[in-house]
Amino acid sequence: MLIFECPYCGVYADETELQAGGEAHLKRFGPGSDDESFEGYLFMRKNPKGVHLERWRHSFGCGKWFHAARCTMTLEVFGTYSAQTLEPPKALVEKIKAKRPKWSWREFGGAAT
Amino acid sequence: MRRFSAFAIAREATRYHSGWERHWRAPTPKKKYDVIIVGAGGHGLATAWHLGKHYGITNVAIIEKGWLGGGNTGRNTTIIRSNYLQDPSAAIYEKSRSLYETMSQDLNYNVMFSPRGVIMLAQTHHEVRGYQRTAHANALQGVTTEWINPARVKELCPIMNVEGPRYPVLGGLWQARGGTARHDAVAWGYARACSDMGMDVIQQCEVKGVRKSGGKVVGVDTTKGAIDCDKLGMVVAGHASTLAEMAGFRLPMESVALQALVSEPIKPCMDIVVMANTVHGYLSQSDKGEMVIGGGTDGFNNYTQRGSFHHIEETVRALNETFPILSRLKMLRQWGGIVDVTGDRSPILSKTPVEGVFVNCGWGTGGFKAIPGSGFAMAELIAKGGSPLTNEFSMYRFREGKFIDESVAAGVAH
Ligand SMILES: Cc1cc2nc3c(=O)[nH]c(=O)nc-3n(C[C@H](O)[C@H](O)[C@H](O)COP(=O)(O)OP(=O)(O)OC[C@H]3O[C@@H](n4cnc5c(N)ncnc54)[C@H](O)[C@@H]3O)c2cc1C
Ligand SMILES: [Zn+2]
Repeated sequence: MLIFECPYCGVYADETELQAGGEAHLKRFGPGSDDESFEGYLFMRKNPKGVHLERWRHSFGCGKWFHAARCTMTLEVFGTYSAQTLEPPKALVEKIKAKRPKWSWREFGGAAT
Repeated sequence: MRRFSAFAIAREATRYHSGWERHWRAPTPKKKYDVIIVGAGGHGLATAWHLGKHYGITNVAIIEKGWLGGGNTGRNTTIIRSNYLQDPSAAIYEKSRSLYETMSQDLNYNVMFSPRGVIMLAQTHHEVRGYQRTAHANALQGVTTEWINPARVKELCPIMNVEGPRYPVLGGLWQARGGTARHDAVAWGYARACSDMGMDVIQQCEVKGVRKSGGKVVGVDTTKGAIDCDKLGMVVAGHASTLAEMAGFRLPMESVALQALVSEPIKPCMDIVVMANTVHGYLSQSDKGEMVIGGGTDGFNNYTQRGSFHHIEETVRALNETFPILSRLKMLRQWGGIVDVTGDRSPILSKTPVEGVFVNCGWGTGGFKAIPGSGFAMAELIAKGGSPLTNEFSMYRFREGKFIDESVAAGVAH
């Protein structure tokens, strides 16, 4: 069972209390953007083998969306953070890199391990 | 290859079964192949077999990082049906279902195809309307299905509680020629037939990189060294994003865990397959007597082949209402597979931005039934550069908005 600390209400919430919301930090491309960006925004999700930044909702708790860093190969949760940010906090990135030196975020082709 | 037959059994019986052969060779990779298929699951093996059978292309390697059939092909609940809503789906799934009818003869391997009939239960009014619509669509597509009432459901499956109260059965979509097959045998039968055609099935060999020259594929790097090829088929289900990234493009899919479980064996009590999409549960009885139960997918990306436990609880709890007999059974085994889910819940069989690279993925929770049809179509795509069965399943359909939206008809179903 996955357990996340909700950054808003501070509760350690079980997976059954939460709802997964997919890749975090998507940039919206709406009408007027080119086809490739629009397709990318709608459908092209990162699907890394390794640490993934994603959105979760504390549905049966405070109801708020937050962000989490979780490894898809081990299910290890590296941490959670506020949804009101465009990138993961530095401390969290360092924590991830300490364990996974090759990890990179948003660099396509970068080894996501 | 010595053929299997009643005569062969009699012959071996007289000599202590000493004459059975290995089913396939364990070759060391050659320097170069005309076609390399990555992934020795059902879809990869079927693609290779059809390349040899219909196009005479036999200088083929099928490269597998684990053991053949050890991915989703050996982990599924083996439901076979073709009662889809959209025309492109009905075409490829019905082709596939019809190929299952003759697969044991075609491969000279008993895949235990059992067209025992499949009911998709309607337990909400939305489902009633949805399945009635599918029944009409199937009539136009030439797929034999029938909308049946609760009394007929009960007649076909006496152990079902059709009265509810929580999940009353309001009817069902019945496909009499749907059913099950032995999943391992499908992979083994194809592997044996491919090996017999001179193809190399190379196990315990992981593809680590895709080599290109001038926008065209020239080979792959593997844990057993570099191997050259003219064409490359990526048929790796949940690992397709990783392979695509090696070749330098992205795919509109994500990988999630789907689980199944089986009970202790009991006497025959159910001779059809039942899918209950409202409660995300699927049930059949194996020839050994185990009740085979499939559940729902997790909502998050996962490569661990291990799903969330609460899904099992939810599945079993809901199925118990419809099948009260299950409540007394002990469960023996539970496992997960990593399924490849696309934006419109339909598969991708497509050319890619890299010349010579073809991709087959996105079968998600329901691709066992599609193995022979997908192999047939994928072989045509690789050999001829296009196939009437694959044209609609291009990876570029998402850009064009030409979805094949089966999520209404298939949901998470198999
Ligand atoms: C629990 C569960 C229940 C299911 N129930 C049903 C059902 O009832 N009916 C139905 O129709 N479908 C069902 N499915 C779906 C079905 O199992 C799959 O769609 C189908 O088996 C996919 O076959 P495949 O050949 O594409 O993939 P796989 O069988 O997964 O084969 C892909 C292979 O590629 C290999 N591979 C990956 N990466 C590499 C690499 N880098 N190098 C070399 N090899 C690599 C893997 O090891 C694997 O063996 C179910 C799936 C699951 C998990
Ligand atoms: Zn909260």
